[in-house]
Amino acid sequence: MTAFLLRRIALIAPTLFFVSVLIFGLQQLLPGDPALAMAGENADPTVIAFLRQKYHLDRPLPVRYALWVEGIAHGDFGESIRIKRPVRDLILEKLPVTAELAGLAMLVALVIGVPAGVFAAVKHDTAIDYGATMVALWGISMPNFWLGILLILLFSVTLGWLPASGFVPPDESLRQNLLTLVMPAFVLGNAIAAVMMRHTRSAMLQVLGADYIRTARAKGLSQTSVVLRHALRNALIPVVTLGALEFGALLSGAVLTEQVFTIPGFGKLIVDAVFNRDYAVVQGVVLCTAFAYIMLNLFADIAYVLINPRLRA
Amino acid sequence: MKQILAAIALIAAAFSSGSVTAQTLRIGLAEDPDILDPTLARTYVGRIVFASLCDKLVDITPKLEIVPQLATEWHWVDDNKGLVMTLRQGVKFQDGEPMDAAAVKFSLERHLTLPGSNRKAEISALKSIEIIDDHTVKLVLDKPFAPLLAQLSDRAGMIVSPKAAEAEGDKFGEHPVCAGPFKLTERVAQDRIVLDRFADYWNKDAIHFDRIVFLPIPDTTVRLANLQSGGLDMIERMAATDLDAARKDERLKVVTITSLAYEDITTNLNNGERSKTPIGQDPRIREALDLSIDRMALNQVVFNGEFAPGNQWEPPSSPWYVKDMPVPVRDVAKAKALLAAAGMPHPSFTMLAATNTEVQRAAQVIQAMAAEAGFDIKLQAVEFTSSLDMTTRGDFETVLGGWSGRTDPDGNLYNFVSCKGPPALNTARYCNQDVDAELDAARTAGSPEERMAHYAKIAARTLADRPHIYIWHPKWLYAMTAKLSGFEAYPDGLIRPQGMKMQ
Repeated sequence: MTAFLLRRIALIAPTLFFVSVLIFGLQQLLPGDPALAMAGENADPTVIAFLRQKYHLDRPLPVRYALWVEGIAHGDFGESIRIKRPVRDLILEKLPVTAELAGLAMLVALVIGVPAGVFAAVKHDTAIDYGATMVALWGISMPNFWLGILLILLFSVTLGWLPASGFVPPDESLRQNLLTLVMPAFVLGNAIAAVMMRHTRSAMLQVLGADYIRTARAKGLSQTSVVLRHALRNALIPVVTLGALEFGALLSGAVLTEQVFTIPGFGKLIVDAVFNRDYAVVQGVVLCTAFAYIMLNLFADIAYVLINPRLRA
Repeated sequence: MKQILAAIALIAAAFSSGSVTAQTLRIGLAEDPDILDPTLARTYVGRIVFASLCDKLVDITPKLEIVPQLATEWHWVDDNKGLVMTLRQGVKFQDGEPMDAAAVKFSLERHLTLPGSNRKAEISALKSIEIIDDHTVKLVLDKPFAPLLAQLSDRAGMIVSPKAAEAEGDKFGEHPVCAGPFKLTERVAQDRIVLDRFADYWNKDAIHFDRIVFLPIPDTTVRLANLQSGGLDMIERMAATDLDAARKDERLKVVTITSLAYEDITTNLNNGERSKTPIGQDPRIREALDLSIDRMALNQVVFNGEFAPGNQWEPPSSPWYVKDMPVPVRDVAKAKALLAAAGMPHPSFTMLAATNTEVQRAAQVIQAMAAEAGFDIKLQAVEFTSSLDMTTRGDFETVLGGWSGRTDPDGNLYNFVSCKGPPALNTARYCNQDVDAELDAARTAGSPEERMAHYAKIAARTLADRPHIYIWHPKWLYAMTAKLSGFEAYPDGLIRPQGMKMQ
């Protein structure tokens, strides 16, 4: 177990290195000149030349990469060429927002997805199963931005119950904070819940047919105990993997949902950065997201061990 | 289930009661502004925030006349090579420092010398700034430059606190200190900009809000939904297609004004290999394209008839519009005849167009109209930053693009048709010595009438050569709660808080 974890941890640095080279290289394939984009409408040639020099755009690619990595080693992720603020500050400002939204969306997904999957499996081939599957199909097929706009029109414009968009930090007003996040968390969670329901259902169906479940039933255990204590525990392994991956995807920024609800998180940050060729921001955010993914996968591995004692050997 | 829904409704209703006081004005912006330093700033949307943050030496009226702001009067001296400005007395910056001649000299010199300054090109005619006394400055020019006052009515005329600017250096944009009615309290990138009332503002009687919150909301539907649901008091740049809905809503009112901006088809005349096309080399083909476009119909179809069809760098409503060259009427027969005379009955070319919905629709309408005259236009949708790069490098045949517009006609014309225009603006590489001479003469001429005579000559030449085929002028479209009064729309599109009030 310890050796397994150590091996996984040792892989983090080379993976990050590979990711950093990839982000840096791929970005250069984008058409468009950041200095020209940043010089604004006046497009003064002296300003363009100044920006090229200031942001090392006139240096060879390997030198720029080395400068970037050297900066990161000192905790400096560079400066946003668009709003002239350190990328580190921007990341620290946006990360809590995205993390909170991702957390709430996962909560929505878990609360809806797992029980629905369990129910559908237990009531296999009944109206409940078909109903849950249909709802899940709807959840997967509904585009996020469309559902978002429909919710805004219903709950904000027509009923006036919820703010249409925006974000209020929790330390300013927890009530307003939660109100602004209800709709985006539901939109994001709804789609994941659908996938989660499908996975839970098929995993549960497989486990419920296993010998040890028959044994448990033969011993006279109650249905609740069989389903929740014996079957669900084993069925959760694929769901944990899925959860970790989905949570990672949420942390990389829910681009469309953040755009529709004007949530100032990673998604909006990276979209604006790509359109403005704000390289330092794109690199910083993608690197952070990659790190989050790697860590979540590590946690998922640890979670397997906790759920399934057989892996502890 | 019903009880649960009812409970959710009750909780939501209890939660949604507004906590914002009537003294706050919430404005929805179409984008997040860039850096809030008047010297380095470059975006249009940033200017909307500056209108509440930084006063300028002079301002404009909705009719584009220059009126006093921080300077109360001015006059030209030394054969129009010197501008003497008298400054308003008793004006303070938001940090309590006095706004005086030294501050004006400091700010203008900062515009001219700060590395990366976006103002330098606008006021490069300035040679030096002399302090005559505490409240009088003389701006000394290399040669007469008539557009100077108009430049000083925008960011180049914004005066900053020297103490704060020196202390902050190139981080000044994070904590700008000017002499405007509101000071910056908080900025969260892509989320909000909060300005609070500056108690010692020189014109404080005109200010009726304690706070202005700017919220960038890029999606037009969501911006309008926020206004309808009471989350905002005002929005700018709404979609033309949403105007009907907003006008029918009794809780809202809509204000529109023709902007200084234009949209045009620029043809690559001499910018690299891709200029060697029939449309790039033969003015008759460009004239035929011009004649094939029905500007009124295009305006109806794409913009619900809300925008202003045009054919010059100034809208027909502008005092600088050359009136004896009106918007041409569509003439397909003449267009066909011109193509036949050029020996190219079916010329084909590519047109770049930005990826936004309205521009794409306009491009398709132009494509269809031109096809009736025999043109085969291939549309290429390009995202904005890529198109900047492509047009600058000459990697285009024609492009449907635009310009956000300037108060003085020089700003809408010079850089685009002068041989000396920067590569990113004169992308057609149009160059004509006679036009250049007239452009320079219009800069140095003393009276507006003299300048207008030069612009008429330029119009006669450039509208025939057609490096640019101007098609329409957008309008600035605002919607606001019916309770908001005192808002006056200006052609520059800025939201000036003076006089605005919530009833």
